Amino acid sequence: MADLARVVITGVGLASPNGSNLSEMRRNLLEGVSGVEPYEIRHVGKTFAGVCHFDPLRHQTRKALRRGTRAGSIGIYCANEALGDAGLELESCAASGTRGTATKLDRSRVGVYVGTTEHGNVETENQIHEVMEYDFDLKFWSHHHNPRTVANNPAGEITLNTGITGPAYALGGACAGGNLGIIQGVQMLQLGEIDTALAGGVSESIHTFGIFASFRAEGALGDHADATRVSRPFDKNRNGIVVSEGGCLYTLERLEDAQKRGARIYGEVIGHHVNSDAADFVLPLPQRQNECMRAALDRAGLEPGEVDLVSTHATSTPLGDVQEVSAMRELFGDDASVCINNTKSYIGHTMGAAGALELAGNLPSFDDGWVHPTINVDELDPDCELPGLVLNQPREVGDIDTILNLSFGMLGINSAVVVRRVPVHQH
Amino acid sequence: MTKEEIVSAIKDIIHTIAPDEELGGLDPQERLRDQIELDSMDFLDIVMELRKRYGVNVPEDDYKELASLDSCANYLHPLMQDKELKLSV
Repeated sequence: MADLARVVITGVGLASPNGSNLSEMRRNLLEGVSGVEPYEIRHVGKTFAGVCHFDPLRHQTRKALRRGTRAGSIGIYCANEALGDAGLELESCAASGTRGTATKLDRSRVGVYVGTTEHGNVETENQIHEVMEYDFDLKFWSHHHNPRTVANNPAGEITLNTGITGPAYALGGACAGGNLGIIQGVQMLQLGEIDTALAGGVSESIHTFGIFASFRAEGALGDHADATRVSRPFDKNRNGIVVSEGGCLYTLERLEDAQKRGARIYGEVIGHHVNSDAADFVLPLPQRQNECMRAALDRAGLEPGEVDLVSTHATSTPLGDVQEVSAMRELFGDDASVCINNTKSYIGHTMGAAGALELAGNLPSFDDGWVHPTINVDELDPDCELPGLVLNQPREVGDIDTILNLSFGMLGINSAVVVRRVPVHQH
Repeated sequence: MTKEEIVSAIKDIIHTIAPDEELGGLDPQERLRDQIELDSMDFLDIVMELRKRYGVNVPEDDYKELASLDSCANYLHPLMQDKELKLSV
């Protein structure tokens, strides 16, 4: 692996149910502020969801907003914010929010990699609902249906908005999608196919009733009298998932390029792995999750005890959380120095965005030395006990140098990304 | 509807499709595409909205008749003279 270029994160653009930029999200994570709210959707009725409140018109016209999808809109917001945050501008393009000293990018050398859990359900449901009102007369079926539902839609909308002409596509990875986007971006930079990646994931899932109905049918849709307490991974009384929308795209660059332009560096992606359970449509397999974590750490050249913080995938389902903890227990044993937290307890499950968004909320730990907790754990499930769990109150740890970011998905896809702090003198 | 009302109906539909455009100064005789940003998908949207709001079907061969506000009014008047104007804004 020694010959591969080192790849670093130089910009973050995110839309989270509890923040529309990293500093807002971070503040809310440290202050225990949830982004889950009461929500209603046709056929399902009253339920809960993580809803984003960013301003889509910051980077889109009203016409583009009407023509595109919610996933595309979230992606466009995140992409523009990530470029601006990195101090980058596209050639001959005065993107709003960028600095006067911004470095100009060759649009053909920028790649866009957007992880998704699913895409097209929202528009298909909307269209069926609409033609139903016209007695299924397909003359009323929209000509926008295909461009809105093709799997590359969110990435393609980003290119239409920004004028990026490099390779841009979506990666279907169920709820591991966000990590897959990051990994694809890293690999394309290492291959020299591109000079800059916008990489991560998005989710528009709260706009499809089907995903709520299916989780409910599986007995996996969370419930609680208080919306902000529905999502409670590791709590003994947890009872299911909160479906959320969101997005997070990173600006990734090769370390030497970032150093050359004096970019701020959030961290370096030093390891990653993806594998498959090959076991079940829905149920996770701890052994394979464990192998995935180990392989990512091997690539990073780290022993388990050298991990400072694990950002877990746990979704607040009774079985899934226990399975993931058992996979981690084998790896970390009784090592209390490895802090373990969970972001879904604040924002629910942002599906295709989850891997990328949950990592983002933890990146500031490299600078501030704090670990945000898993909130809503009134009574820790004994089966979820691990010495390093950070529960309900943030913990000041001091030096945090490495984060292991976990994301797993249906059909048995497992992913892990390892990020390391880059000391300021190396920026 | 009168021809003037049909022009209002078309402008209202365009406002829905292209909400960023300023429609006050449109020259009724000039091609719409030369005055505001409208692509082929937008024209399909106009056709769809005519179908939904007024039950009017414009066959593909006649799409060219929707080029300007005046040509819209002339073409649509026989099809819409018995309909009521429905404005969304």
